Amino acid sequence: MPDLSIDCAGIKSPNPFWLASAPPANSGLQVQRAFDAGWGGAVWKTLGVPIQNVSSRFGGVTIRGVQGAGFNNIELITDRSLETNFREIYETKKKYPKNAVVVSLMVETREEWKDIIKRSVDAGADGLELNFGCPHGMCERGMGSAVGQEPRVNQEITSWAVEFSTVPVLVKLTPNVADIVPHGLAARRGGAHGVSLINTIKSIIGVDIDRFVPEPRVAGLSTNGGYCGAAVKPIALHMVAQLARSKDFGIPISGIGGVSNWRDAVEFILLGSTSVQVCTEVMLRGYRVVEDMIEGLGDYMTTHGFKSVAEMVGKAVPSYSEWGDLDLNYETVAKIDPSKCIGCHLCVTACHDGAHQCIHPQGSEPAVKLKLPVPNGGSHARVPLVDESECVGCNLCKIVCPVPDCISMVSVENGFQPSTWNEHVTEGAKLRPKKGAH
Amino acid sequence: MSSSLSQDRSETVFADYKGEYTPDQAMVEANRCLFCTDAPCVKACPTHIEIPQFIRKIATGNVKGSARTIFDANILGMSCARVCPVEVLCVGDCVYNEMGVPPIQIGKLQRYATDHAFDAQWRFFEAGPDSGKSVALIGAGPASLAAAHELRRNGHRCTIFEKRPAVGGLNTTGVAPYKMKADRSVEEVQWVLGIGGIEVKTGVDVGASISFEELEKQYDAVFVGVGLGPDTILSVPGTDLPGVEGAVDWIEKMKLGRVPTEGAKSCVIVGGGNTALDCVREALGLGIAQVTMVYRGVEEKMSGYAHEWKAAQTQGARVEWQALPVAYEGNGKVERVVCQRLDTNKKPIAGSDFTVPADLVLVAIGQSKLGHLLSKLEGIEVSGGKVVTNDDGATGRRGWYAGGDCRNGGKEVVNAAAEGKAAARAIHAFLTGGV
Ligand SMILES: Cc1cc2nc3c(=O)[nH]c(=O)nc-3n(C[C@H](O)[C@H](O)[C@H](O)COP(=O)(O)OP(=O)(O)OC[C@H]3O[C@@H](n4cnc5c(N)ncnc54)[C@H](O)[C@@H]3O)c2cc1C
Ligand SMILES: Cc1cc2nc3c(=O)[nH]c(=O)nc-3n(C[C@H](O)[C@H](O)[C@H](O)COP(=O)(O)O)c2cc1C
Ligand code: SF4
Ligand code: SF4
Ligand code: SF4
Repeated sequence: MPDLSIDCAGIKSPNPFWLASAPPANSGLQVQRAFDAGWGGAVWKTLGVPIQNVSSRFGGVTIRGVQGAGFNNIELITDRSLETNFREIYETKKKYPKNAVVVSLMVETREEWKDIIKRSVDAGADGLELNFGCPHGMCERGMGSAVGQEPRVNQEITSWAVEFSTVPVLVKLTPNVADIVPHGLAARRGGAHGVSLINTIKSIIGVDIDRFVPEPRVAGLSTNGGYCGAAVKPIALHMVAQLARSKDFGIPISGIGGVSNWRDAVEFILLGSTSVQVCTEVMLRGYRVVEDMIEGLGDYMTTHGFKSVAEMVGKAVPSYSEWGDLDLNYETVAKIDPSKCIGCHLCVTACHDGAHQCIHPQGSEPAVKLKLPVPNGGSHARVPLVDESECVGCNLCKIVCPVPDCISMVSVENGFQPSTWNEHVTEGAKLRPKKGAH
Repeated sequence: MSSSLSQDRSETVFADYKGEYTPDQAMVEANRCLFCTDAPCVKACPTHIEIPQFIRKIATGNVKGSARTIFDANILGMSCARVCPVEVLCVGDCVYNEMGVPPIQIGKLQRYATDHAFDAQWRFFEAGPDSGKSVALIGAGPASLAAAHELRRNGHRCTIFEKRPAVGGLNTTGVAPYKMKADRSVEEVQWVLGIGGIEVKTGVDVGASISFEELEKQYDAVFVGVGLGPDTILSVPGTDLPGVEGAVDWIEKMKLGRVPTEGAKSCVIVGGGNTALDCVREALGLGIAQVTMVYRGVEEKMSGYAHEWKAAQTQGARVEWQALPVAYEGNGKVERVVCQRLDTNKKPIAGSDFTVPADLVLVAIGQSKLGHLLSKLEGIEVSGGKVVTNDDGATGRRGWYAGGDCRNGGKEVVNAAAEGKAAARAIHAFLTGGV
């Protein structure tokens, strides 16, 4: 097993897997159970002036039968007393000195920040996370995302925290902004040692269509909540990568948003995260999901020759580029493996209705007219035929095909030199003729 | 030890009854699992494999971790995946049954992960640092193998004594070939022995070639995993006719070599347990057209599994319920079985005789128990032929432990694996002075 330990902005933990600040990290006994299960660290449920929560609090999205594919909540920060929280943080840290305990904080005035930071550090926190991200409730009170959306305020409060703290400070960013970079830079200017992102995305998870009330319903009303879970991973990956590739940024990132298994974690790390945080998957399936995350990451590192997590961080960032730098002359077409195809024709419909009308059933008029070759070894007459002269290589058929690796996108030699849009505009580089545009 | 099996074995004509999953099939099935907490499937598995974890790992592409989870609980996870009666164990208790939705095919997923591990030759466990202690294990069946592996993880040296030339116990010589063939079982034994430090001495009949007392002198502890004894025979006229065979004996011949079935048109299987049902399906599979099971009880009371009987019927099995052979008849070899009908109290009904044609008769009415082998050893209690132990497998004699069929009276491979491992843990505690 390779070494999974990490140092994220000065916060050390035996592996990169941390509980995100949320219900799974709400209390000492929970966090201790999580550490027993293998979690490397935990960001404690946000502390501040304890609030009163509503009932109910969560909503879930079911997508084609998968429950909780997306998740949202309208709960606020901790509703437990600070004394209790700090006592449990102290006890937890004492029992688990090797695991990272990061304390998430959200208060208003400079004095309050000073006080709560001192108490956190005294309790044994390995780091602090400033919650500038909560997009519901707290922002109405001038905290959470209300801070995170104002780079000036973000920078100022960050600088207070850094001034008062003797342990590393992470700033937790909100995704509810047009461009994440200025907000990451503001945290950096404020002196933050690192950032964590994303917090939840403003959302309405659904509507009770019989009662005419959005969900989750609180008596006869609802409110917008924060969206998270597997469905938000692409948004989170983008924001993490945006910061990771920003030249002026350069501080460690704790990646959060939709991490459900070791693969997701590897993706976050390759795009620039040093640690990854998880909330929803733990809420849905429990602390025990970390076993597979640890094993899967370790195995991946072994097979890819990584000796440490640090070697992996940001490995895929250099290949995240601008659209204008992509090679327009690179061409792929869809190939169907007739030995795998089950004949569902989902690709036919997808291509006809959602793409470029170039996958045809055997015996159909276009297939006959174009004399599309029928594959040898086809198990049955329902293997569709790709008109490669029209296929734009969009990927839609591959995405919709229910059989893994049945459709592959194969690059074809077209005789054109690589050329990007930017080269075309500036140097007049030659572009291949367009396909499917008639 | 001898691991060379004959290539010429009757069992090789059988195809896998349940088949193996392709990666796509495994993925679809794995993603259906709900990852239950305190899962009933885990409770139903005698070795308590963390089923939700190993299935989740298949779904995330972590097949290696999946196999590790399985073997950590049950080192015989590969053979169990094939031979376990999952319908009455894990799969039978999957929560999907409560929903009226087909349960997760745990056995097939387990086979997927463990076959991968065998193909890729992944090894997961190392022997513990040498403890300086050594343990003798009698019998090279599932119970002893599971015990020996666990003992090695704790650094104790092991010697397994096996009276047969073949290793693996009934996993090699008994289980139906459409579940697993002998070569796969022998491969598993090699895989288990891969941990190192386990010596296997075949051809040693403990009690005859070497005395129990002698073993006790040479080793720090003894594990008894001798399984069950020979088939029980029904003493009726004609029992000695060629073609009348004990079921387990015949199965062993079929699995390790050739049984002459060419030209056999009909076969009678006596009994209604799982060995009888295996014989029915094996005889049909070997091409015997008319296979009749003769059972003294009624269908509802038979001890063979309902799912096995259903499969046998689908294959074309015939049956005579509430009937008992009273004579085997034939000219120089068996040709027919004379049966008598029984009433609901299993009393013969006068004048109810009938005959069933049979070129082959397989008597599957049970196996004798071997507990008596040990009854001379002071402190070891034998009850109903079974070796009596506490929950951990400790007998009344210091340093003597037992597990598997000889202790439980004849259950499944997975029970033998669980009992062997539990006993090994107790032996470890004994050898290391308590705790
Ligand atoms: C026909 C048949 C089919 C079966 N099918 C299945 C199935 O599909 N699935 C399932 O889970 N279970 C099945 N079982 C049950 C299963 O095989 C046993 O429960 C399991 O093998 C018991 O393991 P064991 O180690 O206790 O004994 P065994 O497997 O019987 O091994 C005991 C070993 O000890 C050796 N031995 C005995 N006495 C001595 C001695 N004095 N000295 C040295 N060696 C000795 C024997 O030769 C044997 O190799 C079947 C059993 C039979 C009879
Ligand atoms: C019920 C719930 C409560 C949360 N509470 C907090 C909180 O108190 N502080 C905070 O910084 N983030 C909070 N979050 C956001 C999570 O920490 C995390 O950033 C977000 O859920 C994305 O990760 P995920 O997709 O793994 O859930 C909460 C999320 C949920 C679902
Ligand atoms: S999850 Fe627990 S606390 Fe929440 S509604 Fe259900 S029973 Fe109540
Ligand atoms: S979607 Fe895939 S499986 Fe279905 S017809 Fe197309 S290629 Fe075949
Ligand atoms: S009971 Fe069924 S669904 Fe639940 S964990 Fe076991 S196999 Fe999966």
